[in-house]
Amino acid sequence: MTSDETRIAYTLRLADNALVLAQRMVEMVAAEPELEEELANANFALDYIGQARMLYTHAGQLEGKGRSEDDFAFVRDEHEFRNLLLLEQPNGHFGDALVRQFLFETWYLHLLDGLIACSERGLSEIAARAIKEVKYHSRHSSQWLVRLGDGTELSHERVQASLDDAWRYTGEMFAADEIDVAFQREFDGPDLAAIHKLWRRDVEKTVAEATLRLPDDDWMLSGGKQGRHSEHLGFLLAEMQYLQRSFPGATW
Amino acid sequence: MVTNPVSVAQVYEWLGEVPDPEIPVLSILDLGIVRDVSVKDKVTVTLTPTYSGCPATEVIEDSVLEALKGRGIDDVVVNRVLSPPWTTDWITESGRDKLRQYGIAPPSRSREIACPQCESLHTELVSEFGSTACKSSWRCKDCLEPFEYFKCL
Repeated sequence: MTSDETRIAYTLRLADNALVLAQRMVEMVAAEPELEEELANANFALDYIGQARMLYTHAGQLEGKGRSEDDFAFVRDEHEFRNLLLLEQPNGHFGDALVRQFLFETWYLHLLDGLIACSERGLSEIAARAIKEVKYHSRHSSQWLVRLGDGTELSHERVQASLDDAWRYTGEMFAADEIDVAFQREFDGPDLAAIHKLWRRDVEKTVAEATLRLPDDDWMLSGGKQGRHSEHLGFLLAEMQYLQRSFPGATW
Repeated sequence: MVTNPVSVAQVYEWLGEVPDPEIPVLSILDLGIVRDVSVKDKVTVTLTPTYSGCPATEVIEDSVLEALKGRGIDDVVVNRVLSPPWTTDWITESGRDKLRQYGIAPPSRSREIACPQCESLHTELVSEFGSTACKSSWRCKDCLEPFEYFKCL
């Protein structure tokens, strides 16, 4: 793998994470339990869509084959997407979606921090922009975890189940494969083992504050980063890509 | 070598009339998103986005093109840069005054947010989120008026 291939692949993973998560969040628009959450979710989703657009555009420029952000988002197939499995899982109930945001954002914040210091200039600049947004996303999801965990007996029980269910998808965030290793080596990129420690520290702290129990590190699912997805991604893409698939190149 | 008849100062003056589409009382200069203007060979305006997903970004770029073309400057390029990232510290003093007059409390590093109507510090947060990503909703406990606060980023 050449060093250009490495940074393109690495950028596309970040872009796919942002886009797939945003699409899941968009599915919750007009379905939030209260108005304040409605506004928060829609605005946060917009931040992720913005990040995805910058990342796809950057990947397209590095690749130099004239692919636009829309080409990446709307006409690639399931196996070409490289997002984490955690992010493509269906929203479930409010607690399920919240736990997903919490686990991902706690990780993403440290990853962006590492990316700011990397030598791939485009990614470093995008990360510096994005981290300002992810800081308040992460604060929001952490506060909600505490509210639900340390809330009523029912909310505690339900969000504990959400945490137990989602845990099996967290291993993938820290499993460095050849692209992660090459990006770290060639571009002074983030060290996933170091991030795992920071993530664990932050998650433990918030989970304790929420009076929840940290799940055991059992069997972890992986494959999203390599394009092997759960059955849910196909349905997500079918809805998201419908218009460009039926009317290629349509604009409005 | 073509001499461009327009000066940098003139371009800035024109840009001072381009409004932010979401808070039209602010110009893009007040908002602090114009990073550079150059008039060598052609006019180049460099802008930075506020939030990654701000839907106003494209509208602003189009407005800049339109504003300059409307003044007979046809050869215009609008660039986008990310670094250094925009924060609310880039909003100018006159921008902050305009926000206050418009009824939006400007971003503040202080924990106390003054009511833009009566300047009372006796205010409370109603919702951390508001009509756009950059604002939260507040209420003044003295004059009882609701108001928006431009969040510090």
